[in-house]
Amino acid sequence: MRWRWVYLSYAIILAWLLMAVGAPFLGEAAIQVRLDRFFYGADWQSWLGYDQLGRPLWDRVIQGAQTSFWVAIWVVGFSALIGTSLGVWSAYLGGWVDRVFLKIVDVFLAFPGLLLAIALAAVLGPGIENVVLALVVVGWVGFARLARAQTLSLRRRDHVMAARAMGVSDRRIVFRHLIPLMLAPLGVEATFGIAGAVLSEAGLSFLGLGVQAPDASWGSMIREGTRYLLVAPHLVLAPGLILMSVVLAVNLLGDHWRDRLDVRHSETKDKAF
Amino acid sequence: MSGYLLRLSLSVVLTAWVVSTLVFFLLHLVPGDPVAVMLGDWASATDEEALRRQLGLDQPIWHQYLTFLGGLLQADLGQSLFYQMPVSELIAERFPYTVQLALMAMLIAVLIAFPLGIWAALRAGRWPDYVSMTVSMLGVSIPNFWLGPMLILVFALWLAWFPVSGAEQGLSWVLPAVTLGTALAAILARMLRASMLEVLHEDFIRTARAKGLNGFQVYGRHALANALLPVVTLLGLQLGTLLGGAVITEVVFDWPGLGQLLVESIQRRDYPVVQACILIISVAYISINGLTEVVYGWLDPRIRVGR
Repeated sequence: MRWRWVYLSYAIILAWLLMAVGAPFLGEAAIQVRLDRFFYGADWQSWLGYDQLGRPLWDRVIQGAQTSFWVAIWVVGFSALIGTSLGVWSAYLGGWVDRVFLKIVDVFLAFPGLLLAIALAAVLGPGIENVVLALVVVGWVGFARLARAQTLSLRRRDHVMAARAMGVSDRRIVFRHLIPLMLAPLGVEATFGIAGAVLSEAGLSFLGLGVQAPDASWGSMIREGTRYLLVAPHLVLAPGLILMSVVLAVNLLGDHWRDRLDVRHSETKDKAF
Repeated sequence: MSGYLLRLSLSVVLTAWVVSTLVFFLLHLVPGDPVAVMLGDWASATDEEALRRQLGLDQPIWHQYLTFLGGLLQADLGQSLFYQMPVSELIAERFPYTVQLALMAMLIAVLIAFPLGIWAALRAGRWPDYVSMTVSMLGVSIPNFWLGPMLILVFALWLAWFPVSGAEQGLSWVLPAVTLGTALAAILARMLRASMLEVLHEDFIRTARAKGLNGFQVYGRHALANALLPVVTLLGLQLGTLLGGAVITEVVFDWPGLGQLLVESIQRRDYPVVQACILIISVAYISINGLTEVVYGWLDPRIRVGR
């Protein structure tokens, strides 16, 4: 029963990837204002119709896919790298380093994550790079906590003790004997992290803190579209449904991998918005 | 117990101090001149100087920090640049709206999640389970900034059952509360289902059944009462998240709460208000998390004894 869902998830994610990678080949259509065709219905060039400035909705949705995809990749990539390195080393070294580190993590967890991201994006000024930065500042904590917990449970394992007794360097132990064993839970966390990043980027863009006009993000499209809700509901409907399918697909995939790999500690990413 | 409460409140105060320090330095040490940004490109140097003096930005940073902390201790959050009134008054005016919204959202979430979660648990592995878990998966994946406009379109514009936005009319709170509560309902339903399933396998459930108790007594008094513990914790933790998450919902519905004030103030570069909003929401979040722990200990004697 479940496998069909998973294939659907893979298909949606693949489509998202193709849209993101293919976006640059569409050229400038997504930001070309043509007031003579505003709110036009679908035609063979844009089968989702045109928005309030006569821009083809389909091209804008694809540009939005590009935005969300790269933001998610960068955010999860940096968060995983930073969080995992800090978490592993903190737990591996132990002692006061670990205690101080735990305190720092607690402070980050004491903040509501979304609020911290909004504050950062507000202070840094709008723009996609700042969105990535803000989301990494919020996102690394989850990876750090997970990596720390994993290291604590792994570092007393026999193979690590044996390696240490043989005089293997700390560096080699961490990279060859600890990290490979925690790739499964980290991968699951990263999958949920992608769903979270897509939602957060769209949310920040909805608040006007993310992608700036004329470029498109699903969040900013929904924000602009809400003004024309009654005359042109498809301006909100289309980006929203696509955003939701991507998030749902990634979350289902995360669930699937968690069950497959028997990872217990991750939870479906709680949407912040 | 009182020793524990003391330690808890101390840790809440300590975290609040760290958070306020972070917020302060975040807003003051970031490159860029807030005064220049606030006044725009056309301001004269004299105007900039005057505003800088008014904000105390001409003082050294440690002096500004001490003034800020001293103000905090006297509940003085500074002066709003846009409204020209004390920030504390603004907050006092807006905060109740956010609290109202969060509580209503929580109420709605509980009303949806309990039947859904319990139904799923009692029919685990059969179609009610799949239906309710699919609904809850959808619930966590719908962003508020999309659900909100959709609810407005259907229930406010087409059906005209509720007002589109604002908080003036009697039923204004319904759509924002549903928007905010949906995600929580979904998480809660999943949690309740898992927790119920665990309890249903316990020996005392079999005993209760063997005693000849009816379904309501078995599932209500024995199973649900025990399954509630983790759910209560989750509710507490999520109330804090709701306060933070209300930002988007308030913007969508033009709800005059703290979140809307925060976003408007960001757009107006009204930094004292931004700082205060973040601070208040964070402190509320931290305190609620602390309180949840207390309530948890009070509900579950096993944990209370452990301390």
